[in-house]
Amino acid sequence: MSDIATTTAGAPREYFDLKGTHHPENGTLLGFWIYLMSDCLIFASLFATYGVLGRNYAGGPSGAEVFELPLVAVNTLMLLLSSITYGIAMIKMQQGSKSGVLGWLSITGLFGLVFLGLEIYEFQHLIHEGFGPDRSAFLSSFFTLVGTHGLHVTFGIVWLVTLLFQVGKLGLTAANQRRLMCLSMFWHFLDVVWIAVFTFVYLMGVL
Amino acid sequence: MSHPDTQAAHGHGDHGAQIPHFSMRGYVIGFVLSLILTAIPFWLVMGKVLPSPVSTGYVILGFAVVQIVVHMVYFLHMNTKSEGGWNMLALLFTTVMLLIAVGGSLWVMHHMNTNMMPPMTPQEIMHGP
Repeated sequence: MSDIATTTAGAPREYFDLKGTHHPENGTLLGFWIYLMSDCLIFASLFATYGVLGRNYAGGPSGAEVFELPLVAVNTLMLLLSSITYGIAMIKMQQGSKSGVLGWLSITGLFGLVFLGLEIYEFQHLIHEGFGPDRSAFLSSFFTLVGTHGLHVTFGIVWLVTLLFQVGKLGLTAANQRRLMCLSMFWHFLDVVWIAVFTFVYLMGVL
Repeated sequence: MSHPDTQAAHGHGDHGAQIPHFSMRGYVIGFVLSLILTAIPFWLVMGKVLPSPVSTGYVILGFAVVQIVVHMVYFLHMNTKSEGGWNMLALLFTTVMLLIAVGGSLWVMHHMNTNMMPPMTPQEIMHGP
């Protein structure tokens, strides 16, 4: 066991990994990262669509007429706050505090719900005014892009609630820690996408 | 001969290798930086601080890129070492794909618009190609 390279009789085997910088034994986190990257490409194509169609108003309203920047600013703040509260939950996980993880995860979920609520309010308001996704190419691509992000947040919250029950029932087991880690990446990733959304769609749309 | 030593050097075992160390300090730095990097673009746009919309656009795009890097480093714990560099490699590949998809679409469609759209105003029709 002391040296794997010499355990086999005869000529010692050659390993490329001589320094012992072993490859990850459990590839879940790397696999999840690669999923996130592929998700990134979905968003890339939606951003490209919005970039191409975003100025085709078809006689309808422009971004400057329909976007409410204060609302977007509050939304951005909600996601940012939820990012740091998730971070605190991860620190609590590291300290092995189950109640801490549950508490901070719940707060994260609440911020996520407020974000979703504001976005649904915005969408519903737009549709009510007659500026739904069927009004113009600009609005179609806007609803698709922002709606896809909102769907991701929705599923993030579903996942978060699931994990609340998992951790509540089973505690901070290795499997649950891994799951919390994956959701952490997902959640922060959504925040990264939102940076691109509020800059590229809202702020540049108002310019 | 070297195997037990490397195991010991890795210390915390597989968990240490898997899950990065989180610190409150890192999260607070990331949060404060993000707040600043979010507030400035909103202020630039809502207060119409810069004279031209085009320059404002480029400046806020710059802020977005910086903020994305801040998130990657402080929240997603990106570095060149995680998962033996594979995370970074996947990220770089995705960035290249993203730039090609978004930049390429905008570039091509912009030229399509300028070259293919018929002249709209009488002046353009008179002096057009």
